[in-house]
Amino acid sequence: MKTCNILRLAALTSSLIFSAGAIAADSFKIGLILPMTGQQASTGRQEEAAARLYMAQHGDTVAGRKIELIVKDDTTVPDMTKRLAQELIVNDKVNVIAGFGITPSAMATAPLATQSKTPMVVTAAATSSITEASPYVVRTSFTLAQASVSVANWAGKNKISKVITLVSDYGPGKDAEKYFSQTFTANGGQIVESLRVPLMNPDFAPFLQKVRDAKPDALFVFVPSGSGASLMKQFIERGMDKAGIKLIATGDVTDDDQLNGMGDGALGVVTGHHYSAAHPSKMNKDFVKAFEKANNGMRPNFMAVAAYDGMHVIYEALKATKGEGDGDALVTAMKGMKFESPRGPISIDPDTRDIVQNIYMRKVEKQHGQLYNIEFDVLKDVKDPGKTK
Amino acid sequence: MESASLSLQAHSRWKHLETVFWLFALLSPWLLAKHALIINEIVIVALFALSLDLILGYTGIVSLGHAAFFGFGAYSAALFAIHVMPDPLLGLLFGAGISLLLGALCSVLILRGSDLTRLMVTLAVALILKELSNKLSWLTGGTDGLQGVMMGPVLGKFDFDIRGITAAWYSLAVTFLLFLLIRRLVHSPFGATLTAIRDNRLRAMAIGIPVSTRIAVIYSISAAIAGAAGALLAQTSSFASPDVFAFDRSADILLILVIGGTGWLYGGIIGAIVFKLLQDVISSITPEYWTFWIGAFLIALVIVGRERFLYPWKWFAKR
Repeated sequence: MKTCNILRLAALTSSLIFSAGAIAADSFKIGLILPMTGQQASTGRQEEAAARLYMAQHGDTVAGRKIELIVKDDTTVPDMTKRLAQELIVNDKVNVIAGFGITPSAMATAPLATQSKTPMVVTAAATSSITEASPYVVRTSFTLAQASVSVANWAGKNKISKVITLVSDYGPGKDAEKYFSQTFTANGGQIVESLRVPLMNPDFAPFLQKVRDAKPDALFVFVPSGSGASLMKQFIERGMDKAGIKLIATGDVTDDDQLNGMGDGALGVVTGHHYSAAHPSKMNKDFVKAFEKANNGMRPNFMAVAAYDGMHVIYEALKATKGEGDGDALVTAMKGMKFESPRGPISIDPDTRDIVQNIYMRKVEKQHGQLYNIEFDVLKDVKDPGKTK
Repeated sequence: MESASLSLQAHSRWKHLETVFWLFALLSPWLLAKHALIINEIVIVALFALSLDLILGYTGIVSLGHAAFFGFGAYSAALFAIHVMPDPLLGLLFGAGISLLLGALCSVLILRGSDLTRLMVTLAVALILKELSNKLSWLTGGTDGLQGVMMGPVLGKFDFDIRGITAAWYSLAVTFLLFLLIRRLVHSPFGATLTAIRDNRLRAMAIGIPVSTRIAVIYSISAAIAGAAGALLAQTSSFASPDVFAFDRSADILLILVIGGTGWLYGGIIGAIVFKLLQDVISSITPEYWTFWIGAFLIALVIVGRERFLYPWKWFAKR
């Protein structure tokens, strides 16, 4: 311990003498905590792959400091997430924690970020209130409110007047239901019924039958990405598309990672989301190509792009603070950051630390024999409508 | 006469190894300060496993839903901290007490039927509670979890620190005290009647053991201890979410008892240490595929046998 202190003192004095150059000795650590096993495993795999891709493309040295990425599996259990974050902060002395697959995990960890003044970059969990849980939270994924408000606006303009909503019964689902209904009714639409299905192993059949009997113009759906495929299948099996009921949803339902497996029944489904692997920009084309090449042809989804941008935010903040890596300075540097992402132009809202991004309206179409979400409309610079403060 | 009672009591005496084990355990938060957080987690899981062993190993009642009491204790303690007062010890007592009551209520359900129906009933109770914790979001915060649990210092002196040393020490001390209590209990005449019930319920009834009462009592005690373990988790992580009722938790401790051995107080503890350390070490090496290695380990353990796994020299012993 003593020698360690002396070394630190030496480093400090030399840094005072030789300016910033001397700090280069220790690495800058990023603790990435994700669900790598269990129900949400696909989120973890996409995100880890994207983070590693970013490092491979942009080098692992920033402002003279070597970047070290530590990946941990929290098995989607919130107290595990918290313990891992705590260990990363206390033992590994990470400079930034990132990841967080589900809302409770992020919520459980947020007080820790405040306590230790460690920036916490949320790259997945999508409930609005997360950024309010700690002043050190910065989000690069999206919020459900962003996506659902956009879908509601689009629906109001496209001859859809009666809608039934169907969401998974948990935080993000309730957000989706609330913000869709608010916007849709404000635009003169009518919500016939609001259905909630259980989060784990849902059976959609009885709910869909109800929808069929009620015959609305459209069914608005939010379910987390894994459940989308089975919902779609049952929707088609019941011939609801032929009965004239449109399926509109947030992009989680037609997740790029699983879209191809859903079959042609998914064709024509309209969704609103912030990212499609088919986004027509050069940056995105390069990103998709590099991602597929590095991961056995796996298509990047909205989780991957969030982790990719999360890494970008961390890299840029480190550059802006000249490699110092102090928690407060990093968060300050992240606020208001504006850049081009594979999903399009995005920025970090300086007031809420939440992401501001374009929300695209997309329709599932076939391209080169594969299913893609093809963008046909865009709402520019959508802030999170879910902030209460 | 003297020697007979001595030999009968011999197995309930403290052995040197036990003393060494607990001394080391109680000092571990200081000795291994870097690992205080994982120690805390292991201790909580060990206590939870111990509570299941009381009914499974000692009384022969199978359960796939012991997380019901664990989670109930966790939520009770967390809500106590928010709405009543932040003192950890009182919260712990409250959590354990509430779980005791729930255990007493639920014991009615497990008195009848076969093992299979018991598996189903216990599982169902845990599932119901999990769904309740999800639905009653005004009370529990729903799926997002219970926010804003602020714990006061232990005994009014020791604040929970970010390195987790107070947490580990607190959990260890509570677990040690409860262990003493459990140890006394299973070596008492009461404990002997439990094993009698486990070995042959009909015969136990015939020699005049009040089987139903005994099962109800031990089930409630076991529930209280599981509740205490849950309370420790909620207090040391200042958080509770419906996940505390998860089936995985009930299954994990069953697995831990399989690893460590049932009907043996140190079984749950050793199992918890082995299981959690394996998980921690392997998952930090390969975050994606660690479950495969745990599975492989379990299969190897079952095929080779625990005895020969723990004491490799027994491979060569004469049968």
